[in-house]
Amino acid sequence: MLGPLILGIWMSGVIIASFLYMPATQGLGEMGRIIVYHVPAAWIAVLAYLMAMINSVGYLRRGQLHLDRQAQVNAELGTVFCLLATVTGAIWSRGAWGQYWNWDPRQTSIAVLLMIYAAYFVLRSAIDDPDRRARLSAVYAILAFFTVPFLVFIVPRIYFSLHPDLINLADRSFDMDSRMLVVFLASLAGFTGLYVWLYNLQIRLENLAYRLEMKRGE
Amino acid sequence: MEIRLLPWLRQSLAVLRKDLRIEFRTRYAYSALIMFAITTLVTVSFSVGGFVLDADITAALLWIILFFSAMAGLARTFVHEEETGTVTALKMAAQPEPVLIGKYLFNLTLLFSLAVLIVPLFLVMLNQTVLLPGALIAVILLGCLGLAGASTILAAIVAKAGAKSSLMTVLAFPVLLPLLFAAISATRVAFAGGLPQAIAADLLMLFFYDGIVVVASLLLFEYVWNE
Repeated sequence: MLGPLILGIWMSGVIIASFLYMPATQGLGEMGRIIVYHVPAAWIAVLAYLMAMINSVGYLRRGQLHLDRQAQVNAELGTVFCLLATVTGAIWSRGAWGQYWNWDPRQTSIAVLLMIYAAYFVLRSAIDDPDRRARLSAVYAILAFFTVPFLVFIVPRIYFSLHPDLINLADRSFDMDSRMLVVFLASLAGFTGLYVWLYNLQIRLENLAYRLEMKRGE
Repeated sequence: MEIRLLPWLRQSLAVLRKDLRIEFRTRYAYSALIMFAITTLVTVSFSVGGFVLDADITAALLWIILFFSAMAGLARTFVHEEETGTVTALKMAAQPEPVLIGKYLFNLTLLFSLAVLIVPLFLVMLNQTVLLPGALIAVILLGCLGLAGASTILAAIVAKAGAKSSLMTVLAFPVLLPLLFAAISATRVAFAGGLPQAIAADLLMLFFYDGIVVVASLLLFEYVWNE
């Protein structure tokens, strides 16, 4: 029980610090504070989707059903954090660009990412047999993973985007205030902890549900 | 996975021949594809009336018609095998990869014959001029290659998932979005004219997309096909 308690205190600290300790950013002003929530959420979404992909490949190689449950939980968590990143991004976009949604390349790519996983969940819900569901959804996830990087990683770099880049590629430096950096990194750690905690909870739940189903089936 | 090119090619062509023969007996998939495309085209043309549209809009309309026609007609290849119970025989007769290639070639044949008919009709009905005809042909060719590639593997997934017809469009849309973006932007240039550089990047992207889809399908198809 100690873990969630520490996590709760840590995240509360990050929230308070993001408003009181952290200075307003240059150029973006008060809107810049959202970086403490938006970027970590996007980072966790990428991490969870990557884990889902690794689990899917693992399932196709070894055929163990628990890997499919892990892939499912990771895809679900990834989608939750991806939604958070989309919403915080839209709020920021309203403040900085004047519109909630304007199909900036970054917004396009995150919308496509959400649609892929929405389709992934539709596919899962369409199949009853667990083995078949695991195999087909893994194939779909990997297929999407191969084809979509075009949109997610290449397009925002080819077409002109208004999205600010954290890392300045020209001189390889972070342009961030030191106090801001501290809060940002603390938030990143907090979000990662949150992901690990949620993942463990969900996986325990899924495993119990699976065992219950097995017991009923006997 | 063992790669022996000649037997693969022979088996693929055999699968293609078989599918073409079945198709010629009923002409069901082809008529469905054509009728779907014509219905959509007539609806679009009718609702637009006498207006002359921007190349931006007509390029998007052309690809919307092609995309939804492909979704309506190309899912059938594998669903038909499941319905008639010929899957087992096909599994015994050929390796998984040649089956995929054969079905891909079959879908490609369908899609090309659709494009040959529907694209000129589209240009006539919407009064669209084409300033770069060569570029348009290249875009249609590359676009159809990718559309058929993604549809074939997804059709296999949908057939195993119990052939729910709405599933195909849902699954295909996000996977095909990169292709649609590039194809629409290249078609716009082909319609309205522009510098060759403007179209080269999109054509290159279509080319790589086609390659990636086919390679990914070949790697993954075994897991869909064998149970």
